[in-house]
Amino acid sequence: MRFLLQRVAFYLFTAWAAITLNFFIPRIVPGDPVQSLISRNQGRISADAIASLRVLFGLDSDRNLWEQYVAYWGQLLHGDLGLSFTFFPAPVSEVIGSSLPWTVGLVGVTTIVSFLLGTALGVGAGWRRGSWIDGLLPATTFLSSIPYFWLGLVAIALFAGPGSFFPSSGGYEPGLVPAFDAYFIPSALQHSILPAATILVSSMSGWILSMRNMMVTVSSEDYITVAHAKGLSERRVALSYAARNALLPNVSGFALSLGFIVGGTLLVEIVFSYPGLGFQLFQAVGSKDYPLMQGIFLIITISVLVANLLADVAYLLLDPRTRKS
Amino acid sequence: MTISPSSIEQVIPGQGAMAQPSARARRRRFRFVANAKAATGLVVLGVYALLAVIGPWIAPYDPDARSADVLQAPSTRHWFGTTHLGQDIFSQILVGARSVMVVGLIAGVLATVLSILIGVTAGYLGGAADESLSALSNVFLVIPALPLIIIVASLVDQAGDLLVALIIGLTSWAWGARVLRAQTLSLRRRDYVEAARATGERTWRIIGFEILPNLTAIIASGFVGTVIFAVMSEITLAFIGISSVSSWNWGTILFWAQGQQALAQGAWWWFVPAGLAIALLGTALALINFGIDEFVSPRLRTGGRTRIRTADGRTVRMRVGFTPVLAPRAAPVPMQDTREDRTS
Repeated sequence: MRFLLQRVAFYLFTAWAAITLNFFIPRIVPGDPVQSLISRNQGRISADAIASLRVLFGLDSDRNLWEQYVAYWGQLLHGDLGLSFTFFPAPVSEVIGSSLPWTVGLVGVTTIVSFLLGTALGVGAGWRRGSWIDGLLPATTFLSSIPYFWLGLVAIALFAGPGSFFPSSGGYEPGLVPAFDAYFIPSALQHSILPAATILVSSMSGWILSMRNMMVTVSSEDYITVAHAKGLSERRVALSYAARNALLPNVSGFALSLGFIVGGTLLVEIVFSYPGLGFQLFQAVGSKDYPLMQGIFLIITISVLVANLLADVAYLLLDPRTRKS
Repeated sequence: MTISPSSIEQVIPGQGAMAQPSARARRRRFRFVANAKAATGLVVLGVYALLAVIGPWIAPYDPDARSADVLQAPSTRHWFGTTHLGQDIFSQILVGARSVMVVGLIAGVLATVLSILIGVTAGYLGGAADESLSALSNVFLVIPALPLIIIVASLVDQAGDLLVALIIGLTSWAWGARVLRAQTLSLRRRDYVEAARATGERTWRIIGFEILPNLTAIIASGFVGTVIFAVMSEITLAFIGISSVSSWNWGTILFWAQGQQALAQGAWWWFVPAGLAIALLGTALALINFGIDEFVSPRLRTGGRTRIRTADGRTVRMRVGFTPVLAPRAAPVPMQDTREDRTS
């Protein structure tokens, strides 16, 4: 329990740091891009929206930094992230709310599947060190060196096209309304196969390699020899003794690298025009929509923190030592 | 039971020399290069470095120059084909290599220096300094780096190479710092460090001359890892159009290919060479990293003969920790750990 509380405290601290970073970035960078956005849209934005943008981007210079900081927090706690310029008059929180489920569905699910699959293959490769699986390692290295978005481009060129089963863009058939019904769900699944496969192919090899190396390290431990000496079956020694212990560093590695993975996978959405956060971030960058960009960064960070916390809970369940004290 | 060194030598023929103290310092110095993976990676990296230097000179065309050959497939005149404006893609790739390598190098050096400063200091000093520095690096580790880089770079109008490198370097040191801290923690209580402290060496000297040399492999692998990340990030920034589109790197080529619907027009040559160039560079760097890992921890090595015929004529799969009785020509030394792996 103490372990979990420590982790929660750390994540709260990190969330605070990320929000503070978000507060300072537009204030440190020279120039006021948001000011020019406001003046360009003069007369179309309500006074309330202007006031909230001024608080978010530090345009009210008559207040000192501390007052600005307090006002910033007050606004965030009300869920007000400003106004999106790309999807004009929609507030940022609404835009993010509509795209978050897509990203969680695509990136979240494929990341977990890739970890599980990669780890399972790594167990095999590590236990049978020197077998043909080792020969595949250079190939997987090559695949993981390819930028995710480029692999997506190639996948579209090869598999999608007129008359193909795989659609090349979008999250669902254009005429459909998002709902849990027999028309929408199959369409959404069909649209997610290619992006998901792209992410799987390029993100899995890292897990294979780290799990293989942990298995190799663990299989020379005394308790493995003892397990063999007891006459346990090969399978049992491999899975219940070696893999179970080799898994622990891999799970904590998974938690730590989530931030990197999520950043890379968001780009796949751009290539496939998938209606998630990554594609939205891309559109926001294109139209210099700073409020939307900052909002997306904040939401991504908080999602990653939540995912980290879940990974910690998994670690807690896997490793009895953390539960002892 | 610890692994006997002999079992490793038997598993990997030809590697036995590693364990023997060699009188010739020259041979020892180049041991790292003897690793096939590291050697391959270094050679490929060397070619890239060469291209970064001479690329703009040997490029057959000006990468910006337009011509009448619009959107042509690869031919002898244009090795990698042309763009929608008739620009030569081969020249763009050659010219772009410099920007990619320079950003990777600057960001890698900056992040490595930061990770050494923060990681080693935290690990060596301990106490409150350690607590706060580790918290700092953990925070940077958990915050998604790429979105952060995108936000910062997009606020600056038309960010140039140097600025992009600085932003990447300043945000990607945390992983290295974490690994270095852990290793420093295990080194600082070793006898030779205690001895140095007892003889009254100053703290900076202990860190610089006793601890840092033993961290070389970790620092090198952290550097290579950061360079991979920096190159990917730079290309990504260019691809989504944040950094300056007027200077060439491989991401810029992909940016134009994507913007001009190269896929829909079937112009595969527009984006395939740039992607392969990135992937090959990434693979070379990853191979160097594997080489370093295997150099430090020989157990991780792949390959070599692992199926060996034993004295009684059966084949056995070698595994760390087990030493089968080998074929008749080996001296019949009684070994306690002999065991057959029947499942193999």
